[in-house]
Amino acid sequence: MLRKEDARFVRGQGHYVDDVNLPGMLHSAILRSPYAHARIVSIDTSAAEAHPKVKAVITGKMLEDLKLAWMPTLSGDVVAVLATDKVRFQGQEVAYVVAEDEYSARDALELIEVDYEPLPAVVDAKHALDPDAPIIRDDLEGRADNKIYDWEAGDAAACDEVFSNAEVVVSEDMIYPRVHPAPMETCGSVASLDKVTGKLTMWTTTQAPHAHRTIYALVAGLPEQKIQVISPDIGGGFGNKVGIYPGYVLSIVGSIVTGAPVKWMEDRSENLMSTSFARDYHMHGEIAATKEGKILGLRVHVLADHGAFNGVAQPTKFPAGFFHIFTGSYDYPAAHCKVTAVYTNKALGGVAYACSFRITEAVYLVERMVTCLAYELQMDPAELRMKNLLRPEQFPYMSPTGWEYDSGDYPRALKEAMRIAGYEDLRAEQAARRARATEPGADPSTPLMGIGLSFFTEGVGAGPRKHMDILGLGMADGCELRVHPTGKAQLRLSVQTQGQGHETTFAQIVSHVIGLPPEDIEVVHGDTDNTPFGLGTYGSRSTPVSGAAAAVAAQRIKDKARVIAAAALECSVEDLEWEHGRWYVKGDPSQGKTIAEIAMAAHSSLELPEGVEGHLDASVVYNPPNLTYPFGAYICVVDVDPQTGAVKVRRFIAVDDCGPRINPMIVEGQVHGGLADGLGMALMEVIAFDPDGNNLGGSFMDYLLPTSMECPSWELGETVTPSPHHPIGVKGVGESATVGSPPAVVNAVLDALQIRHADMPFTPAMTWRALQGRPMRPDLAIE
Amino acid sequence: MRVAIKVNGQECSSEIEPRLLLVHFLRSTLGLTGTHWGCDTSNCGACTVWLDGVPVKSCTTLAAMADGHEVKTIEGLESSGVLDPVQQGFIEEHGLQCGFCTPGMMMAARALLDRNPDPDEATIREAISGNLCRCTGYENIVRAIRWAAAHQTAQEGAIA
Amino acid sequence: MQVPAVFDYERASTVEDALALLVRHGPEARLIAGGHSLLPMMKLRLARPDVVIDINELKELDYIRVEGDELAIGAMTRHATVLESPLLAQHYHIFAEAERVIADPLVRNRGTVGGSLCQADPSEDLSAVFAALRGRVMIRSATQTRTVDARGFHVGPYQTEVRDAEILTEVRVPLRPGSGSCYQKVERRAGDWSIAAAGAFVQLEGDLVVDVGIGITAVGAEQFTCSEAEEILRGSDGSESVVETAARRCGELCNPSADQRGPVDYKRHLVAVLVGRALTKSIARAKGDMS
Repeated sequence: MLRKEDARFVRGQGHYVDDVNLPGMLHSAILRSPYAHARIVSIDTSAAEAHPKVKAVITGKMLEDLKLAWMPTLSGDVVAVLATDKVRFQGQEVAYVVAEDEYSARDALELIEVDYEPLPAVVDAKHALDPDAPIIRDDLEGRADNKIYDWEAGDAAACDEVFSNAEVVVSEDMIYPRVHPAPMETCGSVASLDKVTGKLTMWTTTQAPHAHRTIYALVAGLPEQKIQVISPDIGGGFGNKVGIYPGYVLSIVGSIVTGAPVKWMEDRSENLMSTSFARDYHMHGEIAATKEGKILGLRVHVLADHGAFNGVAQPTKFPAGFFHIFTGSYDYPAAHCKVTAVYTNKALGGVAYACSFRITEAVYLVERMVTCLAYELQMDPAELRMKNLLRPEQFPYMSPTGWEYDSGDYPRALKEAMRIAGYEDLRAEQAARRARATEPGADPSTPLMGIGLSFFTEGVGAGPRKHMDILGLGMADGCELRVHPTGKAQLRLSVQTQGQGHETTFAQIVSHVIGLPPEDIEVVHGDTDNTPFGLGTYGSRSTPVSGAAAAVAAQRIKDKARVIAAAALECSVEDLEWEHGRWYVKGDPSQGKTIAEIAMAAHSSLELPEGVEGHLDASVVYNPPNLTYPFGAYICVVDVDPQTGAVKVRRFIAVDDCGPRINPMIVEGQVHGGLADGLGMALMEVIAFDPDGNNLGGSFMDYLLPTSMECPSWELGETVTPSPHHPIGVKGVGESATVGSPPAVVNAVLDALQIRHADMPFTPAMTWRALQGRPMRPDLAIE
Repeated sequence: MRVAIKVNGQECSSEIEPRLLLVHFLRSTLGLTGTHWGCDTSNCGACTVWLDGVPVKSCTTLAAMADGHEVKTIEGLESSGVLDPVQQGFIEEHGLQCGFCTPGMMMAARALLDRNPDPDEATIREAISGNLCRCTGYENIVRAIRWAAAHQTAQEGAIA
Repeated sequence: MQVPAVFDYERASTVEDALALLVRHGPEARLIAGGHSLLPMMKLRLARPDVVIDINELKELDYIRVEGDELAIGAMTRHATVLESPLLAQHYHIFAEAERVIADPLVRNRGTVGGSLCQADPSEDLSAVFAALRGRVMIRSATQTRTVDARGFHVGPYQTEVRDAEILTEVRVPLRPGSGSCYQKVERRAGDWSIAAAGAFVQLEGDLVVDVGIGITAVGAEQFTCSEAEEILRGSDGSESVVETAARRCGELCNPSADQRGPVDYKRHLVAVLVGRALTKSIARAKGDMS
């Protein structure tokens, strides 16, 4: 089925936050710190205030008086809305201007004089815990160092035991560098506080409108019933639009102060420099195995760079997100990880960019370690994987770090990817090329061919309420389905699309259950006044959680419709059978009622059995019993110019298993996008910092997204293993390809170079230096 | 200063600041919000419109520079209530997800097809290489433009 | 989004008009052609001209033609026009090869030859092309027209020979029958500035290199070239080893700085590789290889 939402988008009639234009609306801009770490000596706003078009200039001091200078982060830390004492990263919010128009607001920023006393910055996470490192969070009482937490999972003693007796142990250090989701639409909001009614209407770029509403109520002390959060069309999220940014809060402050609606939209540099980054994990992995390549255990220590405030958005009990699913898709008994998180003078964030709460880092770690093991054993990485993959009969499978994988047939997916790739032929071609390259007179510019594999398992659809909450809000999602008298339906969702096509997919889910055509089912979302509570769209959770809610709601409608049909047909419920969209009398198919007819009857004067209410509505709060565990096998083929280091992705094969596909076209689109993300991270995306803490990825000239030229024509395949606990068997897929593809590309590049490890991104310089045996740190300025 | 710009066939005259960027003239002054902006450095192409029939980045063009010239935006792509084959192709081949890059992408695509009605994949990829998309991995955009190329004639027939 | 500071706008309809406006508004006036270099700088408020003089109406400067034994390219010729020019393609491969990797198609629709040269970004590609080809730049003021060698045009990063109240009108390149040319660039991604790029032409008589030009960008090569390497080649047989020696010399003599595109050692190495490739291809083309 084609997408219902496209009709408006192809006409330029999408309605994004920046398209909101209210009468009397003012515009605003944020003054940001040029320093990574500096004490604020003084701020003089008088010249800005004198600007004829400026309506208000707000500083941290003013917010302090209102007790709004600091707000809670999603990880129980606090973050400055506007800096009061110090700035702690380059790009931090320092002052806020509201003016008649955007141009004047930006002009006024130049008129604000801030006197800074620069301080030494903590840039390299590896030195954040040095005894002489500057203390970044001196605002927190009793803080004597830059450590945020130590956290561990798995059985350390059992793991040590396995490692001490193992025939082969391979260890490697690797960096998953800081990257950014960089949706094409930056973050922004329009806040409008009606002083008479006290109602705050907030149009905002959020993936989680309900959670935002509750947090605004908690932060600003506004009554929650007076807050309406509207998330209109969202120009991509990828995790970037989960958190609450100072700009959102400032637009509310601006509206309170001026009494007018206030719009705030980031520019691109603000987006890249101040909103949630992703990754920034420095990982040390060790893998133990037999000489024959049977994996025995995996041990990991992570140094996690969280930036200047702990603003990671993940379920409360999981400070490192779901990183401890790092045992991946393989069968071995021992695993242990320890994560040490530190403050540095960089922007906050950490879980963002389609990562399934850090499963991206986990999959990268294990897929790199397995490939390193294959390198050491001189074994084909496909063979090594096949030898160790979990077997279908092991499901449901309890992992050594406590994850219950719901279903899977991993060897089948890997075989399918190898079949599409023509794996044997590729290896033969590679061998022939390598042989030719050693012949006398061989052209030194001949590309080096590399083949990389990855196999991933994700856990998505957070999550079971007893284990998972964000700031105390359980991760269940509501859903309401109303079938109107004429048989047309409205489905009200708590989750919010950022391009995933919810208006289509969710209509199809309901259609699948009750048989109304999807065109007759209108999906309502992104407006807290008109949808039930729920935690929103991220972590590939919409279909596993909200999709389940929709399926259950539809099932309740179907069950109720049966009762009403029985009343209308004057028979017993047991006498009715279902065919798509219709209940009919067993043995007499001519006697039946369609859902539309039943809907009319439900709203009519028809006498209903005792206890049955009129109308045909259902309301559900779905609490998922478990996560869903999509998986996939990816193969990447690259050609590397050995003289320039330029990497060309020749082919990319992706076999995904996300259970049954409600809309295969949309699923494939999700995979395509994630593959491009993975290619981007592996080859070009990185935010590095110079020794002073200057952000070196602060514009699209410096932070590179892949274009149509770098992306190959993706080759997709699928296997189908339903989830046993989801009402219609589906699993989440939104992040699968982003999670699975980076190690495939990296493994391919390293296979081409025939070296064990070097860190991504493989820009030409990084690749060439790796080939020279002198790899560079990707997270620091190149010297 | 006063500018008179023909936008989607209509004369639009307005008093503006000389520094007003064309993208803001379209979005704020005229309310044509189908043209988006995604960066400040002319890298992303979300703001692509036609200036005198040529696709350009409207975040890096002054409205003043368009004074006396013709601009075409996404709102002008549909003609007489019939979608351009490019628009239809983006629907048919799932060439968009969040829709933010889509208007600029389609304006670049239409310009390509006007010059080259039957472009191969490599030509298409080059033509849209100044338009970033974060959702689709470009695969279905390429297919959408191929669809439009294949249905160009049929569509024209339908209009006639 | 980022927006420029306040300025006044003027539009010139002829070269004379543009020059008169420059005189009238003084040194704080800036010409704007495509604007793809200037406007981003103005948005960052790194450039804040008082007056912007729009020269997009100067159709008289939009041409590519042969004049005598030279190619003449008007300053307002758009990159897209250079890329697609059959006339340029007939004489030099280097133009289309360089243009194909300058920014992206949309930027090339708007950006101009003169604008690129006058912006004088140290990583700009056409500067290397014209340095390689030993072009000449025509600069007009209200009172005179003067000619500057492309290799003397840049007086520093973002600084050129074009003075206040002057306008670059044209670039000229000698025709060189029997020559081949080539442009080689490595970038982190399509549309990115060069990590390094090299252009070359080689003119042969039989197997003898009678003339050669090398252009190099993004690596601090003096005047975007390396005359010592040219000297190594001139009069030689253009053999693989001579090319390699000359190319290596280019890598040694340039003056790259480390940035996120790469460290110094890599950039020097890359220059040697790209100059070598550009020369090798140029020689092959001079010998009739049409690819």
